[in-house]
Amino acid sequence: MSKVIMAVDDSTSIRQMVGFILRDAGYEVIEAIDGQDGVNHLLNNSGIDMIITDLNMPNMDGIELIKQARAMPKYKYIPIVMLTTESQDNKKQAGKAAGATGWIVKPFQPDQLLAVIRKVLR
Amino acid sequence: MNETTNFNDIFRQEADELLFEIEEAVLEIEENPDDKEAINRIFRAVHTIKGSGGMLGFTRVAQFTHTLETVLDTLREGRLTVDKNLINLILRSRDHIKSILDSTSGVGEIDPDQEKILLTQLNDLIPLDDDKNAQYESGNGQEETLSKYSPKESIYRITFKPGKDIFRTGTDPGLLIEELKSFGDHNIILHYKNIPSIDVLIPDECYLSWDIILTTSQTADDIKDVFIFVEDNCELTIDIVDELIEGDDYKEVKKIGEILVERQVISEEDIKSTLNDQKRLGELLIEKNKVDYDTIETALAEQTQIKKTREKHREEIKASSLRVTSEKLDSLVDLVGELVTVQARLSQFSSVMDHSELLSIAEEVEKLTTELRDNTMDIRMMPIGTIFSKFKRLVRDLSSDLGKSINLLTEGAETELDKTVIDRLDDPLVHLIRNCIDHGIETPSVRKENGKQETGTIKLSAVHKGAYVVITIKDDGAGLNADAIKEKAIEKGIIQREAVLSEKQIYELIFTPGFSTATTVTNISGRGVGMDVVKRTIVSLRGSIELDSSPGQGTMITLKLPLTLAIINGLLVSIADTCYILPLATVEECVELTQENSDQSHGSNLLNVRGEIVPYIRLRDHLNIEGKRPNLEHIVITDVQDKRIGFVVDKVIGGHQTVIKALGPAFKYVREVSGATILGDGKIALILDVNALMLFKEH
Repeated sequence: MSKVIMAVDDSTSIRQMVGFILRDAGYEVIEAIDGQDGVNHLLNNSGIDMIITDLNMPNMDGIELIKQARAMPKYKYIPIVMLTTESQDNKKQAGKAAGATGWIVKPFQPDQLLAVIRKVLR
Repeated sequence: MNETTNFNDIFRQEADELLFEIEEAVLEIEENPDDKEAINRIFRAVHTIKGSGGMLGFTRVAQFTHTLETVLDTLREGRLTVDKNLINLILRSRDHIKSILDSTSGVGEIDPDQEKILLTQLNDLIPLDDDKNAQYESGNGQEETLSKYSPKESIYRITFKPGKDIFRTGTDPGLLIEELKSFGDHNIILHYKNIPSIDVLIPDECYLSWDIILTTSQTADDIKDVFIFVEDNCELTIDIVDELIEGDDYKEVKKIGEILVERQVISEEDIKSTLNDQKRLGELLIEKNKVDYDTIETALAEQTQIKKTREKHREEIKASSLRVTSEKLDSLVDLVGELVTVQARLSQFSSVMDHSELLSIAEEVEKLTTELRDNTMDIRMMPIGTIFSKFKRLVRDLSSDLGKSINLLTEGAETELDKTVIDRLDDPLVHLIRNCIDHGIETPSVRKENGKQETGTIKLSAVHKGAYVVITIKDDGAGLNADAIKEKAIEKGIIQREAVLSEKQIYELIFTPGFSTATTVTNISGRGVGMDVVKRTIVSLRGSIELDSSPGQGTMITLKLPLTLAIINGLLVSIADTCYILPLATVEECVELTQENSDQSHGSNLLNVRGEIVPYIRLRDHLNIEGKRPNLEHIVITDVQDKRIGFVVDKVIGGHQTVIKALGPAFKYVREVSGATILGDGKIALILDVNALMLFKEH
C-alpha cells in the first residue's frame, strides 16, 4: 500500500510541484493550503504517514502545525519535514524544537526531496 | 569480466610483444651499429608502449617510456652513437618497463632506485636543448590509475547514540543505519545495555546505541550527511580506523589492545599488565572490569572487518580465471540438483530414525549441500553486460538504415543473471529494441517538429530486486497509439467493437498472437510475429513482461526475470496430505486462519493482518481438493509485484531446497503450476506459480 504524504504550503505552485514529484514516485498525496487546513486534514484523515510543510503560512504557520500534530497521539511519531529557505535558520531551530524530523532547503531538486523522504519514511 | 580489465590485458600482451621486439632489435644493433631500420623499430615499439600505456592509465609506464623515447629519437637523428653503454642502458630500461608492467598485475615490485639511476643516465644522453621534451605530460598527472581499489576505501568506526527523545521527532534511527549499510561492507553492533528494567522503562524513549564498522569509499563528510537531521540530538563520532593503502594488505591487522588504547578506553599499562596472564585479552579485560563486554565486541568486530577487507583485496589481486564449457557447468548443476534431492531424503530418514549421530551427519550434509548449491549457482552467473554491448552495434546499424538518429544508453551492465536466462533473453531483447527503433523513435524531422531533440534515446537498464532481475527498455519516442491498436485489434477480430478496455488492457493486446500495427511491413519489425513470441519466451523463463506508454513521451517495457532457473528456496506446504511448494522469495509471513477469522470475513476472503487488509485464496477450493478443512488453517502471505496476497493451506511444513523439474508438454495449459520437485520421501510436490494465482484472483 502506498504511503500517504500531506503536503502543506500556501503557494499553489509549490504544492503542485511537491504533489507531482511525490505522486510520480508512487506516494499518495494530500494537499493542504495552510496550517489550519493541515490540522483539519489530520483530524479527519486517519492514515497520513508523513507531513511536508512550509513554515511561513497565513492562518496557521508550520511551527504551530507541527506542535499540534505532535500533540495528537496518532501523529506523535510520524516524520515531519519542513520546507525552509537558507535565511530562516531561527525558524528551523523553532521547527526542530516543535518536533520536526528534518528539513529541506528551497529551492530543491526533485531528487533531493525524494532522498529526504527515503531518509525518514519507510 | 569488465571491459577495462579486458583492455588492460590486451595492452599487457601487446607490450610484452613489443618489449621482446626491442630486445631483438637491440641485439641486432649491437652486431651492426649502423642498422637504421633496427633503431627505427626500437623507437616505434617504445613509442607505441608510451602511447597505449598513457591512454589506458599506465601512467608510470608512459612517464618512464617518454624519457627513453627522447633518447632513442636523438639516436635516430644521428646525434648519438651506438656504444656498449647505450645498448646496456636500453636493455636495462626495457627490463625496467617490464617490471613496471608486471607490478601492475601484482607480480614483483618496482625498484625506485633503479628507476632513478636509469632516468639520470637517460637524461644525461639528451642534449640540453631537448630538455624541455624530457618531461612527460600526462593528462591529469595522476599516479598509476590501474589500482583495482580506487577510489580509495577506508574503514570507519562510527558510534551513534541517538538522544532519548529521538522518536518524538519522528525519526527512525533504524532508517539511518539502513542508509549507512548501503555505503559498503559493514559490521554493526547494537548496544542495549542501557535499556532499564520494565517498571521504569518509558516506551517511547530510545535506549539503544550502535557501533558501526564500515568499509567504504565515501568520505567522512558523506557519512556525517546521513545523520544531518539528528546531529544535534545524538552523540556521533566518525573515526577512520584503517586506510587501505596499496601494498598494505599484508601488514599485520591491529591488535585488539591497540584499538582499545587508540579509543582511549584503556591505557597501555592496563593492556601490558593484563597481557602477562595467559587468557585471551578480551575476556581478561572484562573480568577485570576495565572495559565492558560491548566495547570488546565492537573492537573485535572492527578487527574482523579490517581482516576481511584486506583479505578481499588480496583475493582480488590473485583472482585468475579459467574457461570451462557451459555443458560441464550444466551437468554440475544437474548433479547438485540430484545431490540436493538425496540430501532431502537423508534428512527425512534421519529425523524418522531419531538417531542423534545420524542426525548430526545429516545436518552437516545439509549445510555442505547448501553451500555447494550456492557456489555452483554463483559460477553460472554472468553479467548481463555481455549482451548489452552487442545492442550498441544493432542500434547504430538499424538507425542509420532507417535514417534515424538514436543513442543507446545502458545501465547496470554488471547485474548478474544465470547464464541460461541470459542466453534465452537475447532474442526477445533484440526484438524489443528493434521495435523501439522502428516504431518508437520518430525520424529527426518529426522529432524536431514536436519540439524534441533530434536524437532519440533508448535506455536499457538492469537492476537486482530480491530474487529477480528487472530489465527495462525505455525510449523517448512517440509512444503507443491506443486508438490505432484498438482499431487494429477489432479489425483482426481479437476484440469486439463494443469492448470497453482500459489503456493498459489495450496495450496488452500487442502481445496477442498475430497482431501487428505497422501499416507497412519493414524488414526490421512489424511482421506481427514478435511480441507474442517475446512474451512467451519471458513467461517460459518464469518471468513477466509489462508495458507502459504515454503518447508523445515514449514507451517503457519492463521485464522481470528470476535469477536462476534450476534450484530455488521454497516453502513446503501441504493440503490434504499433498505437498506444494511456494517460492520462498515471494513469501512474507505465515499466519493462522482460525474458523472464527474466516467466518468473520463473511465469504469475502479478506484477512486483517495488523490493520492491513490482505485478500486470500483458498488453495483447497481453487485446486479442487476434496476432504474436510482442518479447524486451524494457515495462510502464507506473499508479496507479488508489490501486492500482498495470502494462500490458505492446511499445514506449513518448512523451508525446502527445491530442484525445479519442468512439467511435460501435456501440462502446458496448466497455469497455476510452474514446475515440480521431488521430496525426500520420493513424493512429488508441485511448485505453485504465485503470479498466475494472483492474476486469477484479480479477474
